[in-house]
Amino acid sequence: MLLAVVSAGILVFSAALSLSLGRDPQKASAAGAAGAVIAAIIGLIPTVKILLYPAIETISFPCSLPTGSFTLVLDPLSAIFLLPVFILTAAAALYGLDYLKPMAGKKPLGTAWAMFNLLSAAMVLVLLSADAVPFLMGWETMAAASFALVVLEHEKPQVRKAGLIYLVAGGSGALFLLFMFSLLASPSGSVAFSSFLRPTGALASAVFICAVLGFGLKAGFIPLHIWLPEAHPAAPSHVSAVMSGVMIKMGIYGLLRVLVILGAPKEWWGWLLIVIGAVSAVAGVLFALAQHDLKRLLAWSSIENVGIITMGIGLGVLGQARSIPSLAALGYGGALLHVINHAFFKGLLFMSAGSVLHAAGTAELEALGGLLKKMPFTAFFFFFGSAAACALPPLNGFTGEFLIYLGAFNNIGPSSKAALPALIVITSLAATGALAVAAFAKAGGSVFLGEPRADSAEGPHDAGTMMKVAMAALAMLCAIIGLCSPFLIKPLAAAITPLAVSYPLLDAGVNMLYVSAGALTLIALILCVWALRSALSRGLPPVRGVTWDCGYAAPTARMQYGASAFTQPLTDFFQPLLRKARSYPAIAEYFPGTASFSTEARAVFYNHLYSPAGAQIKRLAFRYTWLQHGRLQFYILYIVIALIALLVWKL
Amino acid sequence: MTRPLIQYFLALVLAPLLPGIINRVKAFFGGRRGVPILQLYFDLYKLVHKTPVYSRTTTWLFRAGPVIGLAAMLCVLALLPFGGRPSFLSFEGDLILLVYLLGVARLATVLAALDTGSSFEGMGASREVQFAVFAEPAFFLALAALARGGGGLSLSGIFSNLTPAAWLTASPVLTLVTASLFIVFLAENSRVPVDDPNTHLELTMIHEVMVLDHSGPDLAFIFYGAALKLWALGSLIACVILPRHYGSWLVDSGAFILAMFFIAAAVGVVESVMGRLRLLKVPYLLMTALTFSILALIFQAGR
Repeated sequence: MLLAVVSAGILVFSAALSLSLGRDPQKASAAGAAGAVIAAIIGLIPTVKILLYPAIETISFPCSLPTGSFTLVLDPLSAIFLLPVFILTAAAALYGLDYLKPMAGKKPLGTAWAMFNLLSAAMVLVLLSADAVPFLMGWETMAAASFALVVLEHEKPQVRKAGLIYLVAGGSGALFLLFMFSLLASPSGSVAFSSFLRPTGALASAVFICAVLGFGLKAGFIPLHIWLPEAHPAAPSHVSAVMSGVMIKMGIYGLLRVLVILGAPKEWWGWLLIVIGAVSAVAGVLFALAQHDLKRLLAWSSIENVGIITMGIGLGVLGQARSIPSLAALGYGGALLHVINHAFFKGLLFMSAGSVLHAAGTAELEALGGLLKKMPFTAFFFFFGSAAACALPPLNGFTGEFLIYLGAFNNIGPSSKAALPALIVITSLAATGALAVAAFAKAGGSVFLGEPRADSAEGPHDAGTMMKVAMAALAMLCAIIGLCSPFLIKPLAAAITPLAVSYPLLDAGVNMLYVSAGALTLIALILCVWALRSALSRGLPPVRGVTWDCGYAAPTARMQYGASAFTQPLTDFFQPLLRKARSYPAIAEYFPGTASFSTEARAVFYNHLYSPAGAQIKRLAFRYTWLQHGRLQFYILYIVIALIALLVWKL
Repeated sequence: MTRPLIQYFLALVLAPLLPGIINRVKAFFGGRRGVPILQLYFDLYKLVHKTPVYSRTTTWLFRAGPVIGLAAMLCVLALLPFGGRPSFLSFEGDLILLVYLLGVARLATVLAALDTGSSFEGMGASREVQFAVFAEPAFFLALAALARGGGGLSLSGIFSNLTPAAWLTASPVLTLVTASLFIVFLAENSRVPVDDPNTHLELTMIHEVMVLDHSGPDLAFIFYGAALKLWALGSLIACVILPRHYGSWLVDSGAFILAMFFIAAAVGVVESVMGRLRLLKVPYLLMTALTFSILALIFQAGR
């Protein structure tokens, strides 16, 4: 436990160090990256220990905060989230060393590294806090540090817009959380988690709703997600990896922590989470399918995965409310396993996307192509991560979803009390899986396969050494979890004990053993077939030719199927939801001349929900502009009036 | 242990017979003599002895595609029951692994197709991933409707729980499930009315156009993998329509193999009596399968 605090201290210290070394970008980067890696190694010791030998460790600092105490608790639930935080931030720091190099001199790298480590420290603080005050301090530091990283390239207008939306989303989320904590604290008057009295009835539901709104804004539940596809692509790629991989999971953690505090949940909470999860998963992957930018596609896929996690939590809540142990344990367990899995494969994917951006200068799908030959490592890691993201065995993505499926399939029987939600989850997961294959085939296919579509894809180089090391480490973890998932069952069971009885999850260890056996069989079969294939070629070199293209012997890069064309049948089918903008010329004459075609994936929720609502609020606010006149004396008067009013109300 | 292995190898050996039967039935309907029933075996033998031709655009991924696809199908067969008897990798939840292994094969084939940079193969890949979006939920829900009848979460458990009595008491459910599985079976195996393996216009193909550039042993792997997929998905239908088990392994296996041949003949009849649907209509056909699965679930809930 103490080591976890030490690691947070190292993060803050190295942040200060790289800030002070800001004039020398090289030293500042070294200090920042070294701090992140050392902190991760030290922090992983207590994390792994708590996961292997479940216990609850507490540290209370004597310093008193305005209303709360500085109490930190490390339990298996925190540890499950700390694990990916430490691993991914360390990998991202190594990656960032190479990634940020070209920006030296142009961008304040010292500040960037300071903010990066501050972000990690804030996440550790959020996960360890057992009191609302340090929790919110960590929460707001996390938002502020990540905002600074999102707007690192603030000279681009869309980055500034993303930053603004992100700021507003973070602020409103924190407001909901403040309200939620005051609701929880009002009966006892203390803001320590342990002193919260278990609320009942409408108060409990109010707390839950505030948690869904406040934490959902961070996690990216649809329709609270609008900042996510803007902010994640705007940040530097190693930061995108951390934001998508672990930062949005802080919302999931907060939700679970509040569910622990609330105790016995109501049935409709589970229903609400299942619906939010199903909508986020299916709509998230559909929008991912429609994107034209690699990093935006990955950001939307994060919304999809948060949806899958939320469906698992929803099943868990429902299982708790209806006392179905197998549903509760497998739902929560699957959700937590997917939290870890998604951190690793999405981190890997964002890093390989970053390498493409780094090398080719663009992440525009229609402008790339054929990069596999120029960047074989990056391409391999991208396809590896894609397979994991599509939940394909033998990689890790399958294991978490398998647990959620198992929980759902266990409860579709005629005597089950939760057959309908289980079937909704099964259908959504199945559709999501198939759509994810389409989205990642589109992304990988148009970036790495075929021939270069534009000059920008002509002369890139592969990723730097540190970038490769970071990606290889994450890819290894994806493979290891895919093959060794039975070993994770016990830590997961320890993590869900505050929420549900864990024996059905422990029982599922047998099924996971078979999943591992299946994964090993698949790998063995691939090796056997590969050996057979090599034997059949008898060492003869293959004949080389042009792509067949049905007899046309001079195909050009422009004849390839584009990314938009690849998904056009699906995006057309779901056009009522996706509302893609399209423009193409109407052919009016027999020999049409030059023509152009364009499609644009639009921010549907922003345009149709938030933009009109924002306009309304603006109109309302303009009526009261006379209150805002810029005279400081009057502003002080407002404060005095407000204080007097409060005093009068309380007296 | 030996029997599951024998079953497995029987499936491996007999699978290429199914396309032969389909072709013979189609030839019969067309009034032709048709190719030999063992034609696919001859083709495979010929192809593995050829030197492959690779496009200069392609990479290792193009060569890995057929290998991974075939390995995934071999793994699928290791999960599937044979004549109502469990296979050696059968476990609680194997039906989930089954669907995702089909996904492995799909992603490998699609990426290998995109690796050629050919617009035709791009088209085929695009259609393949599109139709899977509708077929996969239909398939999952059909399996869920069967699993709801009891027997646990393993395919062997579900199918050994299925008895002739079930067909008497729950015939609407089983009929709907069979219909749904048959549509998914036709779509996944690229048969009429979703795809026509015999068409000569690349613009309208799905599976055949994705493998245009493969040749030699790679093409043999793809043909063999397709035959195994036909066997794998067909065996699910065979298990539903053949609920009776006699207890004797030989008789059960024999009856199961006959049922497989019957399904192949049914595919041949379907291909002879109807044409291919317009590509735009295929999603609606698959949504019909999805509806059948949902109806089966509703009827199952009402029992």
